[in-house]
Amino acid sequence: MKPAPFAYHRPSTLDEALATLAADPHAKVLAGGQSLVPLLSMRLAQPSALVDINGLAELDTILVDQSVVRIGALARHADVLANPAVRRAQPLVALALSHVAHATIRNRGTTVGSLVHADAAAEMPVVLTLLGGSVRVASVRGQRDIPAAELFLGPLESSLAPDEIAVSADFPVLPTGAGVAFEEVARRHGDYALCGVAAVADGDTIRAGFVSVSDVPTVVDLTGVPAGERGEAALAQLEPQADIHATAAYRSQLVRVLTERVVESAVQDRGVA
Amino acid sequence: MTTKLMGQGVQRVEDQRFLRGQGRYVDDVAVDPATLHAAVLRSPHAHARIVDIDVDAVLDLEGVHAVWTHDDLTGPMAEPLPLLIPHPTLTHGRTQYALAKDEVNYAGEAVAFVVADDRYVAEDALDAIRVTYDVLPPVVGIDAARAADQLVHDDVPGNIGARMEQSTGDAQAAIAQAPHRLALDLTVERSACTPMEGRGTVARWDPDTNRMQVWTSTQSSTGVRAVVAVKLGLDLGQVDVITPDVGGGFGVKINHPWPEELLVPLAARALGRTVKFTEDRREHFISSAHERGQVQHIEVGFDDDGRLLGLDVEFWHDHGAYTPYGLIVPIITSTQLLGPYKPEVYRVVFESLYTNTVMVTPYRGAGRPQGCFAMERTMDAIAAYLGKDRAEVRASNFIQPDEFPFDQGLIFQDGRELEYDSGDYPASLEKIKALVGWDEFPAFQKEMAALGRKVGIGLACYVEGTGVGPYEGAHVHIETTGKVKVATGLTTQGQGHATVFAQLVADELGVKFEDVEVVTGDTRRMPYAVGTFASRAAVMSGSAIHLAAKRAKEKVLKIAADALEASEDDLQIVDGVVSVKGSPGTSLDLGTISVLSNPLRYAFDEASKAATQFSVGDPGKPPVPEDEEPGLEGRDFYSPERATFASGMHAVIVETDPDTAEIKILKYAVVHDCGRLINPMIVEGQIHGGVAQGVGGALYERMAYDEDGQLQNASFMDFLMPYVTEIPDGIDIDHLETPSPLNPLGIKGAGEAGVIPSAAVFAAAIEDAERIPITAMPISPSELFHLRQEHQP
Repeated sequence: MKPAPFAYHRPSTLDEALATLAADPHAKVLAGGQSLVPLLSMRLAQPSALVDINGLAELDTILVDQSVVRIGALARHADVLANPAVRRAQPLVALALSHVAHATIRNRGTTVGSLVHADAAAEMPVVLTLLGGSVRVASVRGQRDIPAAELFLGPLESSLAPDEIAVSADFPVLPTGAGVAFEEVARRHGDYALCGVAAVADGDTIRAGFVSVSDVPTVVDLTGVPAGERGEAALAQLEPQADIHATAAYRSQLVRVLTERVVESAVQDRGVA
Repeated sequence: MTTKLMGQGVQRVEDQRFLRGQGRYVDDVAVDPATLHAAVLRSPHAHARIVDIDVDAVLDLEGVHAVWTHDDLTGPMAEPLPLLIPHPTLTHGRTQYALAKDEVNYAGEAVAFVVADDRYVAEDALDAIRVTYDVLPPVVGIDAARAADQLVHDDVPGNIGARMEQSTGDAQAAIAQAPHRLALDLTVERSACTPMEGRGTVARWDPDTNRMQVWTSTQSSTGVRAVVAVKLGLDLGQVDVITPDVGGGFGVKINHPWPEELLVPLAARALGRTVKFTEDRREHFISSAHERGQVQHIEVGFDDDGRLLGLDVEFWHDHGAYTPYGLIVPIITSTQLLGPYKPEVYRVVFESLYTNTVMVTPYRGAGRPQGCFAMERTMDAIAAYLGKDRAEVRASNFIQPDEFPFDQGLIFQDGRELEYDSGDYPASLEKIKALVGWDEFPAFQKEMAALGRKVGIGLACYVEGTGVGPYEGAHVHIETTGKVKVATGLTTQGQGHATVFAQLVADELGVKFEDVEVVTGDTRRMPYAVGTFASRAAVMSGSAIHLAAKRAKEKVLKIAADALEASEDDLQIVDGVVSVKGSPGTSLDLGTISVLSNPLRYAFDEASKAATQFSVGDPGKPPVPEDEEPGLEGRDFYSPERATFASGMHAVIVETDPDTAEIKILKYAVVHDCGRLINPMIVEGQIHGGVAQGVGGALYERMAYDEDGQLQNASFMDFLMPYVTEIPDGIDIDHLETPSPLNPLGIKGAGEAGVIPSAAVFAAAIEDAERIPITAMPISPSELFHLRQEHQP
């Protein structure tokens, strides 16, 4: 479990990082390393080079304004989770983050890194999708914003080009009076969820996002669906799969149960925050 | 008098080091850059013939020093690894080679061995080896092994390594005549020890002295020493094996030698360099050992009280690809299955089967959890059938306190009669019922049901043969500083041996606890030893240390009596000072006595100067008289007739989620009887650890082999060892102390007990909550969900 040889770059400016990345199409960006380093150690990923962005202090930011929570590429999960302004502006981010792995992993892992890793079993890609957020990416060619709906192409596959670095993510703030909820079932505390559900209830509009029951983060509009039928309605748009921890039928059951529970909590949460 | 330390919850002397990261494990040995590092190429296939191994590209890599395949091995190294514990019924025992010869029989089997400047380069080299395999269909799981459509080993018909039967009479006839009969079919899946520290070995060959020094993370340093000598053609006296701190064993490190324990010394000698192998986590999953996997069929006949009139058990044991540890695990299952009960007639037969999976050797509990599962599921089934209280049915089958020693009429794993030495099972049952609130539970269950919540309670009893022989030894040396150095040969894996053994020595010698230092697992200090397994360290080495300290004390008193011109009977030792009772001024400290014990003329220290005022010995005899030795030492061995039998009972209350089928532990209670306690805090720690491991085995852990024999969860991400968040917040523990008559301290083993009844007790509690028979463990929420679907009214 030792990585294959790779070159290591630790740029001190974003421009330098982008130039380094552009010069080597097989290089990978290293931020928190909580997904990448195990892949390297198991030799499942064998990049030619790592571009370590941990020296780019400019990316270690958390900004909250009237419309968005903007999380920089070096903001650790733990910092985002502990940030009271983030919690006030978009409580769903904090709710979901408390389910992301364990404290030691959250201390190192970055929220933006988790987004571009594009794992549909991870919490934050679903939250970004549900909230209609976006990721800002930079390359030597310039910057662009990728809406969440266009970010996740397939399992562990994002729409970032090989020369692009995600520099920040925007999570829209919660509209006044809207309610949110998050719940998941995992085999062990902090494991990837067997199924997780996030929900936003804004006025009569109800939308739910799903973790671990589809190939890409999936959001289902449940507006107007009565309680008791929401689980089945959600299930119609999801494809729970079997793995060694749960059958597809059991995951479907979790979709039913959690959808009802979480949507109901979000509805109850309306107007309280 | 100094307060006796036996029975005190003395703080562990090990913890300061361990908790501050100052433990010294094998990987911490030989950290200088000159050390070379080894890596092993492992078979990617569960079953294949090796057509060709091409290593040409490897030696061109910078930093690679050598590569070995089976073709490069000669003499004893080219022979199969030893079958450690043969048994007459193991008619088809097979062991692997240090490096696979012609065929591989599990994914993970060692094929080639590379030594390089560092582990990174060594792994690069593995990528450069080209092996051509002729892939064969694998045998995965007990059903496939029994069907025997494919054979693991061509020369083992039916995949049957052994078939063994024991009985105390005609069980089928007894069942046929019984008023009531039941049959059960049960399954227990595989799990594994998974210690924090995997395997590891460092070896250094010293050409100047022609000696091999080996550090290895083992449960038997003397065993490794002997096999290294034999396999490498060395004299035993040329080999030292040192076991430093071990980050957990739980059984997997009692099997030896692992291929690397021979290949590393081989490479060290061949290259003239220190060589290190440190197993990584993935390797541990696919190339160390697993345990537990069994399928069981039970037939039982009983009377109206639930008394066992006839018990007939047949089971199939999956021992994986090889049988280096013989039949120890299934023999233990077949004998310890009986627990605290006395069926009128018992018959057991098992088949130990080959599969193309990682081999099976003992894992904490060593076959007992499966036996306990069979017996306790049977007890619950009888109670359900008769509509009786589950505790009552158990009580009606208990061996009674006045029936000890109780001969079960079987032969145990050590080849001796299965004779229980002592116990008080009715008292344990009363304690566990009180501790868990057994009698109050039905009211609570009703109350919860009214709220739409499902709760259940389970109870499981076990008896554990602990402290098996053949022997352990100890050496106690009182130095001229008055400090006491104790050596015993078995190894330690974090149990707290340095604490409990020091307690025993401090008590016997009358020295301060902090003046006693214990060394384990170093063949230079104690070359005669067996190992740490079968919950035997406290019983075996504890007793040996007690006896050796007694011998040292005899010498202390003899010399002191001579020097102080007093009678031995009038002497006392308190805090390391020998004095004449009632005359405290007439005294000598142990350091001075140590000087006097050695008629060496050089005076190096204050103790030596102080000793000059005393004269000892008979001037008419030589300075070291016949039958005497210089030095203040005691050495002795302890070898019991048979094992001592600890026992206990666990109870658990669980809640199952009606919607998600998640299983939550509300209360866990343990009553434990390991005879006299040396250190209750350490015993409770053993129980906590055992229960945690048991929770893993019952609710989380399994070896997920696919049909091709690939282990799909060879990491801690997918092998669900419970976190602290998954184990009970608190474990209620009550002790019973029924002394063993077999050893001077009255103690029994405590190491494995906590894990034995887990599968049984959780199955019982979930069954009680769900009113669905639970016949297979472990159980996940997904499986419970499907059981509910199947049993929907």
